[in-house]
Amino acid sequence: MSDATSALNGAAYHGYVEVQEAGLRGMITLRGDLASVDIKNVATGLGGVDFPAQGHCNWVEDRGIAWMSPDEVLVMVPHSEVPAALETARNVLSGQHHLAVDVSDARAVFVLRGAGLREVLAKLAPVDMSPEAFPAGHFRRTRLAQVPAAFWLGEDDSAQVICFRSVAQYVFDILSHAARPGGEVGLYR
Amino acid sequence: MSTRLATGGRFLDRNQPRVFTFNGTDLSGFAGDTLASALLANGRSMVGRSFKYHRPRGIVASGAEEPNALVNLGQGAAFEPNQRATTTEIFAGLKAESQNHWPSLEFDIGALNNLVSRFLPAGFYYKTFIHPRAAWKHVFEPIIRHSAGLGRAPKERDADRYEHFYHFTDVLVIGGGVAGLQAARAAAADGGRVLLIEQSAQWGGRAPVDGGQIDGKDPEVWINDALEELEKAPNVTIRRRTMGSGVYDHGYVLGYERIADHTPGDTRPRHRLWRIRAARVITATGAIERPLSFAGNDIPGVMLASAMRDYVVNYAVSPGDRTVVVTNNDDAYRTAIALKNAGLDVPVILDARPQAEGDLPRAARDLGIRIETGRAIARVKGRKSVTGVAICAQAGEGAVLEEIACDAVAMSGGWSPVVHLWSHCGGKLIWDEAGAFFRPDPDRAPISHDGQPFVATAGAASGQMTLAETLKDADSAGKVASRALGLAAGRKGAPKASQPQEGPITPVWMMPQGAGPALRQKMWLDYQNDVKVSDVQLAAREGYESVEHTKRYTTLGMATDQGKLSNINGLAVLSGALQNDIPAVGTTTFRPPYTPISMGAIAGEARGDIFQPIRRTPIHDWHDDNGAEWEPVGQWRRPYTYRRAGESTHDAVMREVKNTRQHLGLLDASTLGKIIVKGPDAGRFLDMIYTNMMSTLKPGRCRYGLMCSENGFLIDDGVVARIDDDTFLCHTTTGGAERIHGHMEEWLQTEWWDWKVYTANITEQLAQIAVVGPNARKILEALGGMDVSADALPFMAWADGQIGGFDARIYRISFSGELSYEVAVPASQGRALWDRLIETGQEFGVMPYGTEALHIMRAEKGFIMIGDETDGTVIPQDLGLNWAISKKKDDYLGKRAQARSHMTDPDRWKLVGLETTDGSVLPDGAYARGSGTNENGQKTVIGRVTSTYYSPTLDKGIAMGLVLNGPDRMGEVINFPALDGSATPARIVSPVFYDPEGEKQNV
Amino acid sequence: MLILTCPCCGVTGEETEFHAGGQAHLQRSGPGASDEAFEAYLFARENPRGVHFERWRHANGCGKWFHAARCTLTLEVFGTYSAQTTQPPQEVLDAIAKRRPGWTEGGK
Repeated sequence: MSDATSALNGAAYHGYVEVQEAGLRGMITLRGDLASVDIKNVATGLGGVDFPAQGHCNWVEDRGIAWMSPDEVLVMVPHSEVPAALETARNVLSGQHHLAVDVSDARAVFVLRGAGLREVLAKLAPVDMSPEAFPAGHFRRTRLAQVPAAFWLGEDDSAQVICFRSVAQYVFDILSHAARPGGEVGLYR
Repeated sequence: MSTRLATGGRFLDRNQPRVFTFNGTDLSGFAGDTLASALLANGRSMVGRSFKYHRPRGIVASGAEEPNALVNLGQGAAFEPNQRATTTEIFAGLKAESQNHWPSLEFDIGALNNLVSRFLPAGFYYKTFIHPRAAWKHVFEPIIRHSAGLGRAPKERDADRYEHFYHFTDVLVIGGGVAGLQAARAAAADGGRVLLIEQSAQWGGRAPVDGGQIDGKDPEVWINDALEELEKAPNVTIRRRTMGSGVYDHGYVLGYERIADHTPGDTRPRHRLWRIRAARVITATGAIERPLSFAGNDIPGVMLASAMRDYVVNYAVSPGDRTVVVTNNDDAYRTAIALKNAGLDVPVILDARPQAEGDLPRAARDLGIRIETGRAIARVKGRKSVTGVAICAQAGEGAVLEEIACDAVAMSGGWSPVVHLWSHCGGKLIWDEAGAFFRPDPDRAPISHDGQPFVATAGAASGQMTLAETLKDADSAGKVASRALGLAAGRKGAPKASQPQEGPITPVWMMPQGAGPALRQKMWLDYQNDVKVSDVQLAAREGYESVEHTKRYTTLGMATDQGKLSNINGLAVLSGALQNDIPAVGTTTFRPPYTPISMGAIAGEARGDIFQPIRRTPIHDWHDDNGAEWEPVGQWRRPYTYRRAGESTHDAVMREVKNTRQHLGLLDASTLGKIIVKGPDAGRFLDMIYTNMMSTLKPGRCRYGLMCSENGFLIDDGVVARIDDDTFLCHTTTGGAERIHGHMEEWLQTEWWDWKVYTANITEQLAQIAVVGPNARKILEALGGMDVSADALPFMAWADGQIGGFDARIYRISFSGELSYEVAVPASQGRALWDRLIETGQEFGVMPYGTEALHIMRAEKGFIMIGDETDGTVIPQDLGLNWAISKKKDDYLGKRAQARSHMTDPDRWKLVGLETTDGSVLPDGAYARGSGTNENGQKTVIGRVTSTYYSPTLDKGIAMGLVLNGPDRMGEVINFPALDGSATPARIVSPVFYDPEGEKQNV
Repeated sequence: MLILTCPCCGVTGEETEFHAGGQAHLQRSGPGASDEAFEAYLFARENPRGVHFERWRHANGCGKWFHAARCTLTLEVFGTYSAQTTQPPQEVLDAIAKRRPGWTEGGK
């Protein structure tokens, strides 16, 4: 639908780290037996990447899979492809106990760019953001200040942060606060 | 008088003068000065008035332990009280004011307290102001309040910004003196991640002032080398101006970084609170010198001996022209030597010990300084500044042997390791007889999650008081920490250090030892709270034997410095008065923070707009643009009503109710919880979760359901839609989605883990709009695309389809009693659908309505609201909801509890409607009065109001309430007393006030 | 502030990421249970000074419930384990025995 809008319509903040709302992303919560070949096939077929190990996210361009819990992955596809993807999941997994549900619009996604993004996240999340403890591709569900969130880092000084849509403004504001020039901690460079 | 020396000053940059203001007067210092050193350099030795007696007070210390030099700092939005001058770096334009004086520092009315001080001993508040009772409120309290308290509360909102920072490290070393530097070097040798923090702006601690040699180098050279090494190490992070504030469970440590206190107005945050998680913590926090208890030890000009040489060496400040040194140990001789070397006069060193034969006394003698052993200060002469000392024998009662003119006194009662951080998380102490101090007991360290000790001390903090021992101890602490983390420790040995040999200390807790009451009343233990030797002794006489009780009775150690100077001296006086050993009396508890930290740092980013998350629906901005008055529901914001120009809030609500009942209303219902429950066992699971039978619900249909806790109490309600054989969608209350989703997962994961059910909370995936009123069908038909007729979509059915081009699911459910549809679309299209409904609805009289109109309409229909009719003690049976409790089910959550005797008691209060006899609105929460009294002598109550509104539909007040035997008392009138003594009579009626047959919603 | 390791997702996190859920290994009593049995299930809770078995939820994380064996006195964590069990696994009991020789369940 052409008049579909993301929570913040692509809002951006230019601090010592760039904070940008990524717009609409297609996301499917897929629950089931993660050891099942069908589940894996559906996830990798739709997500276009290898099935992630525990605590990881595989992501290429606009598709990916994030490991959410022992019986859940988040399959990410372009927003417009979600209905077809759900249809595919339903067909392949019929007869098998599973849950595939569209959560694209329940979320907001932010992209952080810049060398200081590790410390910006470390101002808000109780997570060891050092490169050795949190390399690119690790996926962490945690909290950012007072709300649940999840994030992973790319190889290119970028990070993607997922939160609930209703708190998108809050998350944008706290990320921007953390990224304000002058707040550089000087770690993890 | 104190003044600036012409040369020297390790910390000063004399090329950078800094003009600042104290009490309105412009003064000048240099970059590198603290406010304290700059005040002393300007001859300002008196910096404040004491808390209770308003005695003139001067700077005593040179660091965080300073009890006296507290100032109001900054102005307006940058104002902060109680800032220690000794830890405040000066900057151009700094504005400081002394505290606790009125009208001025020089002349202070409160100092009258000093004249009557013998009537203000420990506990005087408790004893003195008891009678007459009325005098407390009108006389004593206002006077005490006017004069009590340190500093002023800020009046303006803090203009600065603050933040938190989570940091993880293998080893955290707190303290950047030589011990901390060496511990960090040793811990980092094998690659472990090390964070080293230092509270001040300078590395190296006391060593450069106190002298000696490390590895054959001057301490300052060694420190610079060590720093360079640490700065280069990729596994080491070092941070100045960062205080170890508190040590907590499992290696959690708060570090308080004062980023921009000394550079206000740059773009940086003022403070950053480091939330550090360290596998091992090494506290290299050094030691603090103790004052000596002699009469007049609080007169400005009396200073700790170590502080005095800090001022001379680090800041080129002379604390006085003629300084008498009084001590019970060799260390204070360093001060005498430093003063002498700076060209200042030291008329005498009074050493309470019978002899002084160590290297340092010998060096002092060689400089020609007079040394008197076995001598003490009988009293210090002077009022606002020291003018001399009267000398007596330490062994005697204070008979004056000689008077010596001087303008400063350097005192040293020995050193106490800074054990605060060690103790915060349970580290225990032992009494060190030789050193006369408590030191950490390494065998009783704080325990971490793995059962292993996680805090160790290094250097003087361990009680190692010589340079060589300090470095050895620190080196070992670093290696032990590294080894404990499974890393091989470095092989390099500890640096070798040399220093003059010191003779033993002799504990001196009172000077002279036989001082009588008159002298003891002028011996200060706790400068900041004005506690004297006589107060602690009085407390002991009055039966306060526990150190914790004595602390609270006398307020010893309860000021903002938490007794850093007074603790051990106070304990020693108490143990003397109790004729008990010091270790048997024990210490008070050390609690974080080590020194006070700013409220801003604690709050971090959580201020103003981001104090708390606010949850917004996809339609939030429209509401905001159209007059919404907001109602917080959990973290959600929902429109309470949409007020138009010229309307009161009440008018707006009335209009919304009437319009919805007559034409068409729109409600943003997106906040309602929506949980998908799917799987072969989903029906069976929901039969357990709900009191109703959900497994029999047909796909395409909806059913209103109730959820109870295992206690039987109602916790949530909502409409369940069966999507297909395997799948249900459960609506919850607005605040309930996360809680109920968690509740479901808890049962699935911890009790019925073999049931094949998956849940997902999809609340925010959907925007849901209630389209309500007689014209509801018309507007949906105008949008077009779905058959919403009574036949195609009957009451309590749902359907998927495209309406007006939107992919939607429409539920035929009603919480208002009107014809009503709830239309759910993906959240990204919620705003577009709302806009379309507003636009299309114009011809049908559309108006949005808020939560208050929703409440009124549901109350008119007798529908309960979780949180109004329920309060965690109400079961569905109380609310006449037996129809929603399946009789066919063997079990559901809460079923067994609802069979308990109290739950089946016929005298439980039950839901009824209430109608005032005069049509007025009952007060919310009002209780109905019965006859007689209960067993506690209170008037009997027989019911209470749970919801009450003015109904524009019925043009009268309507209410619901829980009433004793209510359903059996229809028509009876009961009384609801108000606070003013009046009573409102109300008739018990059916809770369904409007359309009892449900004809309007089912069309 | 405690740190716990979630056995479900492997994350070691601080207490703010978790939600405490009270005593573990409760035996549910439903309809038909005696008043005494039901009272014990609903209200009677251990409050030991020492070893305790608790339920926790990784609320700001994978969302899963798990069990933790913990010392209420020293706050040591002996182990965390699956919520899908009616009693502590042997390796957790062994870890407790190692740290608390002579300890028996129920503190007797």
